[in-house]
Amino acid sequence: MYSAPFEYHAPATLSEALALLGQYGDEAKVLAGSQSLVPLMKLRLAQPAHLVDLRKVDGLTGVREAQGALLIGALTTHAALASSELIRAKLPMAAEAAGQIGDAQVRNLGTIGGSLAHADPSADWPAVLVALDASVVVAGPRGERTMKVEELIVGPLSTALEPGELLTQVRVPLPPARTAGAYEKLPNPASRFAIVGVAAEVSLDSRNAVQWARVAITGLAPKVTRAAKVEQALQGKAADASTVKAASARAAEGLELRPDLTGSAAYKTQLAAVYTERAVLRAVSRARER
Amino acid sequence: MRIRQRPSSAALRQSTTKRFRWQLGDKAATDKAFSGAAKVVKQSFRNHRLIPNAIEPRSALASANPGTGEVTLWVTSQNPHVHRLIMAAFVLGLPEHKLRVISPDVGGGFGSKIFIYPEECVVTWASRALSRPVKWTAERRESFLADAHGRDHYSDAEMALSADGRILGLRVKTVANMGAYLSLFAPCIPTYLYGTLLAGAYQTPTIHVEVTAVFTHTTPVDAYRGAGRPEATYLLERMVDLSAAELGMDPLEIRRKNFIPKEKFPYQTPVALLYDSGNYAGALDKALESFDYPAFRKEQEQARKRGRYLGVGFSTYVEACGLAPSQVVGSLGAQAGLYESATVRVHPTGKVSVFTGSHSHGQGHETTFAQVASDELQLPIEDIEIVHGDTGQVPFGMGSYGSRSAAVGATALYMGTQKIKEKAKKIAAHLLEANEADVVYEGGKFSVKGSPARFKTFGDIALMAYLAHNMPKNLEPGLEAISFFDPGNFVFPFGTHVCVVEVVRDTGEVKVLRYLAVDDLGRVINPMIVDGMVHGGVAQGVSQALWEHAEYDENGQLITGSFMNYAMPHADDLPSIEVGRTETPTPVNPLGVKGAGETGTIASTAAVANAVMDAISPLGVRHIDMPLTPGRIWEALRGH
Repeated sequence: MYSAPFEYHAPATLSEALALLGQYGDEAKVLAGSQSLVPLMKLRLAQPAHLVDLRKVDGLTGVREAQGALLIGALTTHAALASSELIRAKLPMAAEAAGQIGDAQVRNLGTIGGSLAHADPSADWPAVLVALDASVVVAGPRGERTMKVEELIVGPLSTALEPGELLTQVRVPLPPARTAGAYEKLPNPASRFAIVGVAAEVSLDSRNAVQWARVAITGLAPKVTRAAKVEQALQGKAADASTVKAASARAAEGLELRPDLTGSAAYKTQLAAVYTERAVLRAVSRARER
Repeated sequence: MRIRQRPSSAALRQSTTKRFRWQLGDKAATDKAFSGAAKVVKQSFRNHRLIPNAIEPRSALASANPGTGEVTLWVTSQNPHVHRLIMAAFVLGLPEHKLRVISPDVGGGFGSKIFIYPEECVVTWASRALSRPVKWTAERRESFLADAHGRDHYSDAEMALSADGRILGLRVKTVANMGAYLSLFAPCIPTYLYGTLLAGAYQTPTIHVEVTAVFTHTTPVDAYRGAGRPEATYLLERMVDLSAAELGMDPLEIRRKNFIPKEKFPYQTPVALLYDSGNYAGALDKALESFDYPAFRKEQEQARKRGRYLGVGFSTYVEACGLAPSQVVGSLGAQAGLYESATVRVHPTGKVSVFTGSHSHGQGHETTFAQVASDELQLPIEDIEIVHGDTGQVPFGMGSYGSRSAAVGATALYMGTQKIKEKAKKIAAHLLEANEADVVYEGGKFSVKGSPARFKTFGDIALMAYLAHNMPKNLEPGLEAISFFDPGNFVFPFGTHVCVVEVVRDTGEVKVLRYLAVDDLGRVINPMIVDGMVHGGVAQGVSQALWEHAEYDENGQLITGSFMNYAMPHADDLPSIEVGRTETPTPVNPLGVKGAGETGTIASTAAVANAVMDAISPLGVRHIDMPLTPGRIWEALRGH
């Protein structure tokens, strides 16, 4: 289907973009990589009267290191992140997750900021960025604010962004020594979204015990969820295979799992456990080398 | 969302919506074979519904000319003449000669574009009513919902065996879901193209199959790549594996024991077909040259000790294609002949246009048919043009489906070239002042046997045919021939497909590690094109086994109506497909060709399913219905 008619705007600066959003309010939608919004528009599930395309706005792409964090422009594509030397060296989990999003076409156009702002409950970035304790920078009519990705995503296709606000940057704190993450995903064979995706970031002490772990799961619940029980069960423990297995068995605790074409609730509980175990084990082995 | 509970096949057979019951084979003899059998193996199968998903959605553009009363319809059709005939004579009541149907390069069909759909008729009617062009193009979502679907069988199968693994009989009861209406060829698919193939590669002495067709609130089901034959092959090859397992035999041992030996061709099966030629053990041997079976079994055993579940599946299939002898289909009730036509038009300059009734929607006839014409006429391939898909240019044709283009269409073309050569030879003999019997045609030149220096080229003859200044007495000018080929039998490709998988115990995930296809397609015209057909067919068949699934909810809503939830295979889901061939020409046509378009789909689904079941065989599960998704495998293994 063709989309409903709309007016297209291509601002060159952030302030112009914010002004357009201010002017059109609810009638405007922000276009980043077009991989989520445009399909919705073609199905007429979204019918914005105004489309504000951010792709000509300067300064919204690229990765740089500053203030102990990696600063990622919101319009940086998944492909650029998967191949970024900086990301691969400092945040291998993020690079491997970026390389598994959708397919090559989606990765070449889709952006990290667009994915977060869209907040699909099966998207990969929310899990990875929650595990990495990342924040987002939000520009709005009253200036800038930052919030944790965990606070940004409030439900399926729903975020804490206020009308008129733009997500401009993702900030990922650089992990300390002996800390690393891994992302494990079972893709839906049709959509390549995660049936389950588990991002685990693990920090080890000098005796290889787990100082802390952050484990975030996408795909199973209405929004990305921390596996708090797993994190607690790992904390302070030697990161051996049996400990990880026992801890991971609790991955789906507290999640409201719904059966669908991909499997029953019991199967999803099993997937959560297996994929958590895989992610944690790989994160531990990476952390030992860092 | 609630997933619909699957009805049992027994419940469906009682359904008030049943439309017809059909049977084939000797019921009494089959029942007798079962009563005396040492072993009876039973299994129910669900062969689930698929959506064809050709890359180009259906489209139709009609343009009426009020001055002449003609309508031209451009349409995505696999058989434009059949479209014209049915639409003109049976739907719109138009004079057939006033309707021109053009279906040029169509973006894939897989069967779904054989049939007449309402939209094509409506735009044609509307264009006449309005005296304006009217166009309609399906969106992808409409293709999902409204293109004829495929498969959708519920079957109960029983195989009777001797203690040493000889198949004594096969009894099959199938319920075929026709959807809400009968599509154009729908009743043929679960009957003549299904029941007749249940002998497969085996000397099963007696078979009885009973098919109950039912109507449901779903999209009509019709021919989809393989059409009935994948369903038969899946059922039979699974039954052979299940039987081997129950008898404690190796799956290859039971196959070799029951194969029809190559000396027995032509071979009459108990389900109506007369197989043309074959060497089933030869194809298996060829496959085993590339696949070290004993080594795999060792590797499998070692892997199991480490908690890894590898499996191998074989599918030693037979296919019936090259549709079909017109007399046979007529006697079965089809209101159509299934010959094919070709017109070979030699132009005065010696260039050649071939008008074929076969239709190319991705098969590459422009190449393969030109090769046949080029070889026979001994002309450079650039001098041959293949024209198809236009009722205004091609005299008549039955189109492409059922892997019939090479076996029937290219044979018609071959026959046309023989007529051209015969007439050209008469003209050459006249010009060379020689006896026709002494004239030979070599390297594009006619000469008298023994004196090659004096010759006339093909171009010389073509020019003379049109100048007609010096023609043999009583020979008409011009150089053009039309041929119709009506085959005396189907052709029967066969082969061995081997699939190696790993099943992950904890999650039910399946990885296809290796896929080897050894096919015998008779003589091959273009190996590269055939390799491509095999690759595509295998991908589609693997995809049915593992991913694709059209699912309705309990309210009759299609819940797999987009590429977001209907899983098509991605290139990175599949291993590099290894292709091998043996070559047993068919005596049915002078080219010796069988068919290549559907073998991959027909063979591969069973190979994959057998491989998955082999992998998990130590875990105590004998069968899981397709699609073999991780969730379904894991559920089946739960508690084992």
